[in-house]
This record gives sequence, structure tokens and C-alpha cells, in this order.
Amino acid sequence: MILEVRDLSVRLGGSHILQGVTFDVPPAGVTALLGRNGVGKTTTLRAILGEVPATGAVEFGGEPVLGRATHKIVRSGLGYVPEDRCVFGGLTVAENLRLAVRGADPDYDTVHELFPELRARAGQRAGTLSGGQQQMVAIARVLLNRNRLLLVDEPTKGLAPAVVSAVAAVLGRVAEQVPILLVEQNLAVVRRLAAGAVVLEAGRVAWTGAASDLLGDAGRTRTLLGVGRS
Amino acid sequence: MTRLTKMLPLVVLAVLILLPYSTVGLPGVFEGSLNSPGTLQMLAICLVFGGLALGYDLLFGRAGLLSFGHALYIAAGAYGTDILVSHAHWPLWAAVAATVPAVAVLAALLGAVALRTTGIAFAMVTLAFAQVGWIVVNRDPGGLTGGEEGLPLDSAGLPASLVGVANTVNLYWVALAFLLVVVVVVHGIDRAPLGRVLTGLRDDERRVSVLGLSAYRLKLGTFVLAGALAALGGAVHALIVGGASPHLASADLTLSLIVMAVLGGAGTRWGAVVGGVVYAYLDQRLTQVGGALPGPLSQPLFILGTLFVLAVYFAPGGLTGVLKRRGRFA
Amino acid sequence: MSTVILLTLTGLGLAALYFLIASGLSLVFGLAGVLNFAHGLFLSVGAYATWWAAPRWGLAVAVPLGIAAGAATGALVEVVLIRPLYKRPTEQVLVTVGLSLAGVALLQSVWGADPRTYPRPAWAAQVTTIGSAQVPDDRFLLIGTAVAVLLALLLFLHKTRYGLVIRAGVENRDMVSALGIDVRRAFTLVFAIGGALAGTAGVLGGMYFGSVSPGQGASLLIFAFIVVVIGGLGSVTGSAVAAVVVGLLQQFVNYYGAAGAGDVSVVALLALVLLLRPSGLARTAVTA
Repeated sequence: MILEVRDLSVRLGGSHILQGVTFDVPPAGVTALLGRNGVGKTTTLRAILGEVPATGAVEFGGEPVLGRATHKIVRSGLGYVPEDRCVFGGLTVAENLRLAVRGADPDYDTVHELFPELRARAGQRAGTLSGGQQQMVAIARVLLNRNRLLLVDEPTKGLAPAVVSAVAAVLGRVAEQVPILLVEQNLAVVRRLAAGAVVLEAGRVAWTGAASDLLGDAGRTRTLLGVGRS
Repeated sequence: MTRLTKMLPLVVLAVLILLPYSTVGLPGVFEGSLNSPGTLQMLAICLVFGGLALGYDLLFGRAGLLSFGHALYIAAGAYGTDILVSHAHWPLWAAVAATVPAVAVLAALLGAVALRTTGIAFAMVTLAFAQVGWIVVNRDPGGLTGGEEGLPLDSAGLPASLVGVANTVNLYWVALAFLLVVVVVVHGIDRAPLGRVLTGLRDDERRVSVLGLSAYRLKLGTFVLAGALAALGGAVHALIVGGASPHLASADLTLSLIVMAVLGGAGTRWGAVVGGVVYAYLDQRLTQVGGALPGPLSQPLFILGTLFVLAVYFAPGGLTGVLKRRGRFA
Repeated sequence: MSTVILLTLTGLGLAALYFLIASGLSLVFGLAGVLNFAHGLFLSVGAYATWWAAPRWGLAVAVPLGIAAGAATGALVEVVLIRPLYKRPTEQVLVTVGLSLAGVALLQSVWGADPRTYPRPAWAAQVTTIGSAQVPDDRFLLIGTAVAVLLALLLFLHKTRYGLVIRAGVENRDMVSALGIDVRRAFTLVFAIGGALAGTAGVLGGMYFGSVSPGQGASLLIFAFIVVVIGGLGSVTGSAVAAVVVGLLQQFVNYYGAAGAGDVSVVALLALVLLLRPSGLARTAVTA
């Protein structure tokens, strides 16, 4: 297991957002982290990254990381594609990418192969890009470095259907190289990419198993995710 | 324990009321006996600052508004009263009765602009507004404010019972009355549903907006009330020290109010009062004995500033927080 | 005409001081989220260090020493006092408030409350004739330094890795950490830069006013705050533009209007800016 989360709990401003979350992420393929809005998916990712104070244990590649500074956890090989992309709007595309480079040997080849558009727009301010283009920048940032795991939070949120499919295709190719823990609302994307699934409900893990077992069972999908159609 | 805690403020009040009848001397703490004019004036100033600090804490500790311009309203109260009494020869009560509502209007106007911002921007804007007050007071427009010298209060316009060293005790009563007024108002708000809404505002503005209340209007109302209390305190201060001085309008005064609230325990029932009294006492006492102390210790602000920084780190709940913890473990 | 030239150059000289203070404040606030009331102390430390050293070793040594003293004070304050309170912005402000009170009192206890005559190079005391105006040369010293500082800052922010980190951090510092960058090291850096610029302003201010006193930093600081808010929190170029507007407005209104009207008009300008784009300002304040 590349990531082992044990009894992870988070309290923010008096509310108990995570109440002992436990799950594993295998060292290959896409694992989906699912659940209705507000069950703590994003908080789980941020707790793993050390962005919110948490208790419990998180082992990344066999090493405990909980309590360490965010930048150190990231440097140990954890790439993060946040919700809402969080590209730096005032910086150019090239600057956004340069900022993300951690090692001496950034993999610009992969980035330019997957996103030829970013090369053409290198001098453009990221704030003036479309949502899909910003998502490319956000994904490109984690591809420049050699990561052992990617945390990807709602990469298709707010994107046009054609762009959703393009992003899913890119994530599929990326997942051949590096495992991904994916938070995603679009079940078609989950079905296409994910092997395993972890479902959160009210700050706890409600279900763990193969993604196909979850999505193949309409009743289960409805109870756990609150969606009728698959 | 709880009954004692409830009784304690009444006991303190009784002691404060009886204090001017005591001829006891506390060497080292006060220079004269308790009922000497010097000590009574010093105590009166402490009480006024207790009230001013609690009034400020209505904004800072309760509504979570970090205003850096509170001195403006205190100075407006002091100068407004002083100018009406000394230049326009109004009777004292009329001067105060006209000044306090006028300052409330001023607070409403400036607050309406400043509250369009939040957080740090709000702090900067209130600071800038107050700075105008400081500049105006120092420039002495039309000879009204007396410039850097300040404006002495013309005793001809005052009731005879408030004039002269022998009547210092009456000034002490006035100061105590002011503190009581502020305590009654602020604690009244604390107990009313409004108090919970205010702290809700401080913790999470969205929650209050969800309740269908206008956060902006609530904050503005609080700002105006705090401004009126400050004006009243400014008037009382002018009465006790016999005039208004530019120091009342300075940014340093607001900063010291913040220090008082935090030192005592911001947002708690008695914290700001305790902080204000202790700060004002130390400020005056250290100035009296300062000459005898070596180096930076001769500067009251050095000691108070350092104490404050230490308090922020090591006593986040302020003095009352420390006492409470002591009480629980003792 | 000569009055206009003189007022313009004097206003720009003042703007130079405001810019030197405001750009540091703006960067510190933009990146680290700290409203730094101790910034005036950095200024005073720089001013007094040069004042103290000049008669001993001459201005050529004393001026860099003053700037270095400002930078060192800034870095020290960040590491010792601000860093432990990371993510507690109100406490950070409170600490800088306490520090500004205690620091000014400390300076006062060492060098007294009265203004001290400030040393300046002989040529800065001369005047240059422009058209029909006799302009004191210290104005050019101030303006020249500020322009050089502005260019150097922009170069630093746009051409270096640290500059990139700072610009990104002003937008979203959590995301900078999430890219594996130790953003707190950049905090120390901006405090040091802010301290150095404040120290420079202290030295130049001393030369411009001809004297130095412990409270000098605090009174300049308030106008610098106004410049920061008008210029946009976190923006160096914004600070430069706002400083020029504020400096010129203040000088001209003070000359042609009533005494003190210039200072009041600056605050009126601030109110106007807030009324016209309150959300713009709030947004800057929140995202920075």
C-alpha cells in the first residue's frame, strides 16, 4: 500500500468533520474517494497533506507523515491537484509550471506531449485561461515532478462535457505511471478510471471495495452516494 | 464557588463605593492615603479606562471588529464637551447631552464607510479616520482645540461640586458611575439574544446572515453604541483631568485600549474592565516611580508593551483567563 | 510656476518615503498576512543606527549599516515573534502593536524623546535651480532612491525564483506549500526586505526632515497604511502609484488649502476609493 490512513480525525471550529477515517490506497491505478457533498472528502485530502490539523495516523510509502509540514510531505513525492484548480492567476502559464518544479530534472516532455496547448500559451496569464486550460496547468504541475502518489480533487468540476472527457483521458494515461487518489462527483469518470472505491458518509468510511461492485449495484449507489442514475 | 463568583462584582462595587471614606494608606501602591485627592484622581482615571476598555471590547472582543480608530470617539467626546463648556459657555450637562448623540452620528457616518471593508482593511481604514481627528486637534482650527497644549476645561461652566481639590471625591463618583453605565449596557447586551448574535458574527459571519439578519447593520449598530460610550467616557475623562489633550486622539490611545482588552481577557465579562484599570494604574504609577528605575524600565510603555507581548504568547485568555485557571486548579 | 515645480518635487520626495515604507508593508501583508505595526520601529531602528554611526565612521558606512539594521530587525521580529503565531492573524497584529509601543519607548529611553539633528551629505543640503524654482537637492536623493528601489524590487519579483514564490504566495500561500515550497522562508525574506526598505526610509526621512525622533516612524506609518490600502494589498506597483498620488495631493492641498487640509484630503481619498470599489478591496484583503 502506498498510502495507509488510520483513524483520521479532524475537528474544525467545533465541528467534528472527520471521525476516524480508515482506508488504504494501493500502489497502482486509480482509487476513488466518494460520498455526498460535505462528507469530508476534501478535508481528508487536506489532512493527508498536513493542511488541516488532524489526529490518527497516515503512512505514505511506509513513513508516518501526519504532523509534518505540508511542503515536506509534498516533497516526499505526493502531488496535489486541488479542487478549483488553484492556479496562480497573476502568473503566466510558464511561471506557474516553473514554480511547481521541485527537482533538477523536470519532465516537461510529458507535459508538452499531453498538453501541447500549454506550450503555445506559455506567456499568457493563467487567470485569463478557460477552466479546462487551468485544469491542464493544475495537472501539469504534478506531472513535472516524480511523484509516488497523486491526490486529485474534483478535476472535472465545472467543465464542459468534451473537456471532461479529455481530462479523464489524461488522468487515465497518468494513472499508468503513478497511482491516484481521486475525488470525483462525475460517476461516468469514476467508472472509466477507478479500480477501487472508498465511500465516506458523515466523516466515516461507509463502504470500501471495487469500484465496479459499487457502481454496478444501483441500490448501493443510491444509498451511498445519493444519486439515482448511474 | 459559583455563588461567590456571582457575589464578587457586588462586593467589589461596595468596596469602591466605600473607598473614599477610608483614610488607610497603602505605601508603595499609592502615594497618599486612599481618600487623598491625588489617590482619588488616580483611581478615577483607572475607573474611566476600565469603562473605556469595556466599551472598546464591545467591538473587539464581542463583535470581533478590530478597530484602530476608537480614540477618535473618545477625543470627540472630550473635546466636544470641553469646547461647548469653555468656548460656548454651555452648562456641563447640556454640553454632554449634545456631544454624545453628535458623536454617535459621527460614528454612524464613518462606520457606514469603514464597515464596507472587513478584517485588516477595516483596521487600516478606522486608523486613517482617527488620524484625521488627531491632525485636526493638533492644528487648532480657529483656536477651538488649543492645539498641542490641549484645551483646559473652564471651571466657570461647571457645577461648584465638581470644582476644586476638595471635591475630587465627586469626580471619583462620576468616574464610578460611568463605569457602571458601561458595565450595565455591555452586560445587558451580553445577556440579550443580541449578544449571542454578535459573538456569532465574530465567529462566522455567514451563520448570522443565514439567520436572516443583516450583519452589516448589526455591526454598524454596535459601532455606533461603542462610539457613544467612548464619547461619554471622553467627557468624563476631560472632567477628571480638567481638560482635553491631543493624546486622547492619538493612535497610541487606541493601541493601549487594545492592550487593556487583551491583557484583561478580550470578550470576557470582566476582562476588559480589569485590564483597563490595571493598565491605567500601572501607566500612572510607573510614571510616578519611573525616574528611579534604570534604563528602559523608566518608560511605562516599554514595560506595558513588553508585558502585552508576553501576555499574547503565554496568557491568551488575559489576566482573567489566568485567574480562572488558577481558580479551577486551586 | 516655480511654486508648482517645488511643490511637485517636494510631493514626489514625500511620495518616495511613503513608497519605501508602503511597499514593504504591502509585501509583508500580502504574503504573510501580517498587518505590521512594528514597521515604524524598523524605520526608527534604521534611522538611529545611521545617526549613531555617522559621526564615528562617516555616512558611507553609516547608511548601509542603518539599512542592514532595519533588515536585521525585520528578520528577527519575524523569526522570534511572528512565526510562532502563524495562522493566528489577530495575535500577530497584537504582537506587532506591543512591539511598536515597547520599541519606541526603548529608543526613547536610550536617546530621549527630543528630535536629534540628522547628518546628511553636504551636496544634499544644496539647491538646484529648475526653471525659476530653487529645489533642495535632498528631494532628488529621495526620488532617485525610490525609483531605483522600485526597479530593483520589480526585477527581483519577476526575474528570481524567490520573487516568483513571493508573487505566488501573495495570491495563495497554502497552494505554494502544496507545491512543496517552504513558504515560511519567504516570510522571513519579505520581513527582511521590508525592514531594509523601512530602514532606508528612516535614513532618508532623517535627512529630509533634518532630524530624527523615536515617534517619527509611527507618524509616517499611518500614511503608508493609507497608501497600501489605496494601492491594493500586496502590490508593489500599486504602492508606487498610490504613493505618488497621496504625496502630491497632500503637498498641493496643504499649500493651497487650510493648514492640515492636505492630510485630511488624503483620508477623504481613501474613503472615496473604499466607497467606489469596496468589494475589490475586500477581495484583495481576503485572498492575500
